[in-house]
Amino acid sequence: MTTDLDRLLLIRHFERALLDLFAKGELNGTTHTCLGQEIVPVAVAPLLGPRDHVFSNHRGHGHYLARFDDPAGLLAEIMGREGAVCDGVGGSQHILREGYLSTGVQGESLPVAAGAALHLRGSGALACAYIGDGTWGEGAVYEALNLAALWSLPLLVVVEHNGIAQTTPTAMAMSGNIGMRCAAFGVRHVALPAGDIASIRAVLTPLVASVRDGSPLVVEFSVNRLGPHSKGDDTRSGVSDLWDWYREMSDLPGFAEADTRALDLVESVVRDVKARPLSTWGQGSSDPRLLHGAKP
Amino acid sequence: MRVVENLNQALHEVLAGDPRAFLLGEDLLDPYGGAFKATRGLSTRFPAQVLTTPISESAITGVGAGLALCGDTAIVEIMFSDFVTLAFDQIVNFAAKSVSMYGSRVPMRLIVRLPTGGGRGYGPTHSQSLQKHFIGVPGLDVYEMSPLHDNRAVFAEMIAAERPCVFFEDKILYTKRMHEVDDLFTWDLTGGLARVHVDTPPDCVIIAPGGVAHRALAAMRRLLLEQEIVCTLLVPSRLHPLDAAPLVAVAREAKAVVVAEESTAGGTWGAEVAHALHRELWGVLRNPVALAHSADSIIPTASHLERAVLLTETTVYDTVLESLK
Repeated sequence: MTTDLDRLLLIRHFERALLDLFAKGELNGTTHTCLGQEIVPVAVAPLLGPRDHVFSNHRGHGHYLARFDDPAGLLAEIMGREGAVCDGVGGSQHILREGYLSTGVQGESLPVAAGAALHLRGSGALACAYIGDGTWGEGAVYEALNLAALWSLPLLVVVEHNGIAQTTPTAMAMSGNIGMRCAAFGVRHVALPAGDIASIRAVLTPLVASVRDGSPLVVEFSVNRLGPHSKGDDTRSGVSDLWDWYREMSDLPGFAEADTRALDLVESVVRDVKARPLSTWGQGSSDPRLLHGAKP
Repeated sequence: MRVVENLNQALHEVLAGDPRAFLLGEDLLDPYGGAFKATRGLSTRFPAQVLTTPISESAITGVGAGLALCGDTAIVEIMFSDFVTLAFDQIVNFAAKSVSMYGSRVPMRLIVRLPTGGGRGYGPTHSQSLQKHFIGVPGLDVYEMSPLHDNRAVFAEMIAAERPCVFFEDKILYTKRMHEVDDLFTWDLTGGLARVHVDTPPDCVIIAPGGVAHRALAAMRRLLLEQEIVCTLLVPSRLHPLDAAPLVAVAREAKAVVVAEESTAGGTWGAEVAHALHRELWGVLRNPVALAHSADSIIPTASHLERAVLLTETTVYDTVLESLK
């Protein structure tokens, strides 16, 4: 059975492997790792059901790996190899499969998620959109929040507030705060530390249940982005001093074994995917109609 | 029947034919029924399918895309097409891209309706024809309403294509009658292309979208009566991707070809059509394809100033004469 710790470690080692592949010149383009933010999707994933629609963003590997047990499909997508979720066309930031869509423009997904929530309204399913603190600079966020409250949409917005948008600290980009902005729209807001997974779920379980009844919710997690914005372009100092669940949990019984298992798994996935032939556009392993299949 | 009534019928048919078809836009509800009355009666008959929205062009287009992604049919009305720039990201970067950027084709039934064009004195931000900004976006179809194309068939075609569409509606057309053609001419419709002609091979072929059809027809009448110049008018319903073959077949026989549209100068749809014709008919055409369009200008409010900027019947008339010199 896969535990929360296994998932956290899988994401951590997957992201580390990506940075390693980049350093070796084996990845094309760019990639945004979620190092340090793994707890959020791992905590949220079991609160979501198969009929819920997840909308992810540019920093979405953790969201994907917390929902699907498919590191090989994701890596193949990022590397443009056979078995890629979307034939390598979408890459790191643009993935579609059953009940899951990511796209790369800030704020763009929130109106779309509101549309999916409108589709799902009354069915008991919800739309969940992951956004960052930087995303709150986009007007589309506010148009969508307004509609969500106005139309009682089952929309769950998960904010991964890591305090920095690419290189710009939140304090230089946001006046007021997210909670006040939600209050202005009459949208419920809860702020949580991305720490203890059981505590997060205890708080969120009843709240997410009410989202399903048409009461939208913004959950704001305070997280640390331990890696660079993308590839290796970090402008910050002192990153290694930030709180990290990985360091915090490393003394727990069973951690070392789980860590080795996750590392071995990722290494074998990397070996496997690297050896595959290049992907072919039009042979996707995903069925794009599966979002339709999730109809209430 | 007026064009707006035909359009209204088409919308009624879409919503009646599919309980999972939705219409979203600002001020759509009865008794107002939309700024140009195209949606009159719909909210009364289909209250669960018609959503009046806040002034949020980006969000309502995104909501439409979300519905379409989930397998529903979404029609979004932007009150004035000028405001579609606010939804450009949702159309270009989300809806159009989602059709293909996930590797396999994602069917999306999303139609963005865009009341368009000048001639009503609404001024620089409520009078534009922005079709050209949507030409050549992979995954996006560009249609224009026409008095020669039954909107019921056009909407059925757009929905069946399962690709995001922008549908430009020249506001001047709403109060015109459907299928009303000068009695000097006869007309027919083949595969989405309307042809208005006389029984003589044309000197000039005029290609124009639906919003310009009346101005082209008026020019054709004067050219025939005053100059004995015979023109054939071709009106495609879908402007992009353009089906050039039937245009090429007609243009091949003419001495001149003019593409007329209301867009202001520069990067026009007509330039794209001309390129397609030149590629096929280089060495056959006697003259380069000529473009008729509005001036390189914002569109003024005062009637006399607006007339001086916008494409008129006289612009078309003069361009045809010039191209036959």
